[in-house]
Amino acid sequence: MSARDAILARIRSASRGPSANVEEVIRAHQCGPQPLAYGDLVQRFVERAQRLASTVEQVRSRHDVPRAVAHYLEHQNLNRAALCWPEFLDLDWFGARISVAAQRPEPEDEIGITGAFCAIAETGTLMLLSGHDTPAATSLLPETHIAVVARERIVATMEDAWALLRQAHGALPRAVNFISGPSRTADIEQTVTLGAHGPARVLIVLI
Amino acid sequence: MQVTALRFKRKAKQNLRNARLQSALSKIQVRFVQARADAIADLDDFEAVRQRATAIREGVLANLDAWLERFEQEATRRGAVVHWAETAADVNRIVIEIAQANQVKKAIKSKSMVSEECALNDALEAAGVQVVETDLGEYILQLAHEAPSHIVAPVLHKTKDEVSDLFAKKHDLPRKTGIAELCREARDILRPHFVSADMGISGGNFLIAETGSVLLVTNEGNGRMTTTLPRVHVAITGIEKVVPTLEDATTLVRILPRSATGQDITNYVSVLTGVKRADESDGPEQFHIILLDNGRSAMLGTELQSMLRCIRCGACMNHCPVYQSVGGHAYGWVYPGPMGSILTPLYAGLANTLPLPNASTLCGACAEVCPVSIPLPDLLRELRHRQSTQDLRPWRERLGLRVWMWLALRPLWFARATALASRVGHRLGGAKHRLRWLPGAGGWTHGRDLPAPAGKTFRALYRARKPR
Repeated sequence: MSARDAILARIRSASRGPSANVEEVIRAHQCGPQPLAYGDLVQRFVERAQRLASTVEQVRSRHDVPRAVAHYLEHQNLNRAALCWPEFLDLDWFGARISVAAQRPEPEDEIGITGAFCAIAETGTLMLLSGHDTPAATSLLPETHIAVVARERIVATMEDAWALLRQAHGALPRAVNFISGPSRTADIEQTVTLGAHGPARVLIVLI
Repeated sequence: MQVTALRFKRKAKQNLRNARLQSALSKIQVRFVQARADAIADLDDFEAVRQRATAIREGVLANLDAWLERFEQEATRRGAVVHWAETAADVNRIVIEIAQANQVKKAIKSKSMVSEECALNDALEAAGVQVVETDLGEYILQLAHEAPSHIVAPVLHKTKDEVSDLFAKKHDLPRKTGIAELCREARDILRPHFVSADMGISGGNFLIAETGSVLLVTNEGNGRMTTTLPRVHVAITGIEKVVPTLEDATTLVRILPRSATGQDITNYVSVLTGVKRADESDGPEQFHIILLDNGRSAMLGTELQSMLRCIRCGACMNHCPVYQSVGGHAYGWVYPGPMGSILTPLYAGLANTLPLPNASTLCGACAEVCPVSIPLPDLLRELRHRQSTQDLRPWRERLGLRVWMWLALRPLWFARATALASRVGHRLGGAKHRLRWLPGAGGWTHGRDLPAPAGKTFRALYRARKPR
């Protein structure tokens, strides 16, 4: 008997009670208790994102993004060469004196500019989906991660984010990454240090 | 990993005298206990979330076979390969086979307690595969050749100075003293490994049956690198980790980091499904998921089944007065604290772990904070009961209990014996009414005096009272 069959047989011999209808349980997508409604989703998102050490800049339109990014880079004293998801290549980066490229990220790249599928107000979290035009490594390898999100893409909870994803795509992409601020570690003396292996800085530009 | 639980008392005694360790352990109160309390208070209704989390986990266990099959079917459909392992040795064999089939020379790992359970690193190294731990804590342990002492914060037992010394020696670089500098040094040293590794090995916090996904909660980003950059990804986890839907996983994620480190959410929550698609520039070409039993299925349908709900947050150990005093290494295996005192005996046998179920005051703090309502003190009591019925306790204890049972079943003799003991105790207590030593309870009176009995028993006093 294979390990699989032996393990399943042992589980079956121990199982009690009526068997559940697996497909029915899945279809129900029952949600657990969620936070009470937030008055203002944007305000809650900004407050929580800042608490997790992200920087948040709000701009009026998509075309203001390069200027906001340039301002941040200048303030942080960072280089002005960035990797960028293709969806933002059309913006006037040149005018903001930032050079952008949409290539596969390498470990020495310093700045990664991505979008986000949506953002979650409850915890100040970004939700990114992997894909051809949305490589996961752009939000991971560079020390600075810049995410551009539209205000109307802010939902209250992770449950809402799943519903939005099912509506838009049906199936899950290879990787769904929920990102909540710069990477951190507290392994040495339980003291939080930002910038572990992932980005050390996160800028969220809200349109 | 070898089980050394029988040395619990000796190790505990040493650890109590170890000033460095005591200083490290003293951080638990603020960093974990207080942080959790704050994060729980931030939820609108923690109790409701906890009840739902408990129901989700218990519901899965009632039909574990069906949920595992559903998970396997969906994961396979998305291109992952699901392996089943009866024992730790089987996990190691499967990982080595995957490594050999893919000419893997170097594997990077993110933190996985199940791989610690299997002593996977040793097995891989013996098979000629270089293994690099990339979680900062686990990396420090790998350099120091030590075992984790906490399931969430594996180097809880080490001070910053010890890490400074270790890095200076192993990295051959000038000694750093700041925590941020030490983290930076580890980042710089480990970065090239992420890019050059052929295989990434991770654990799995939850398996999602609906989508065939593995969910990982991490903070450092090393988990994401491990599962994104190498061409082969192997996720190893226990068969009990399956949950039905994304919504269920979300409820558990709402409660896991809050219980563990007091974070509302970990920096990264990654839901990984299948392999890299043809048009994607990153992601693994192969995704292997190993489901380990190692004694888990044997707990189903027994008094200990509720232990399988465990989501490995570590709150029980953070709040345990025994763990807070003696540290994780005393428990002698991968899992310390109350949850470890239940899991280790089941894994290694009751006889090889006698001190563990007794390494608890049964104060109930662990059950109070458990996010999936595991009645840990009841389970510890159940193991104590098993030790007793299997005649594993020392003969003196058994004899003592027998004598007590004989008396307790005979009220007249019980009254006489207690009256005698009370009189003798009163006289021995002298003017200070204190007993400095008690036969058979030397451990108790070693550190304090026992108040001497008043001389008369309750029954005697009751009889003497005149009805009003």
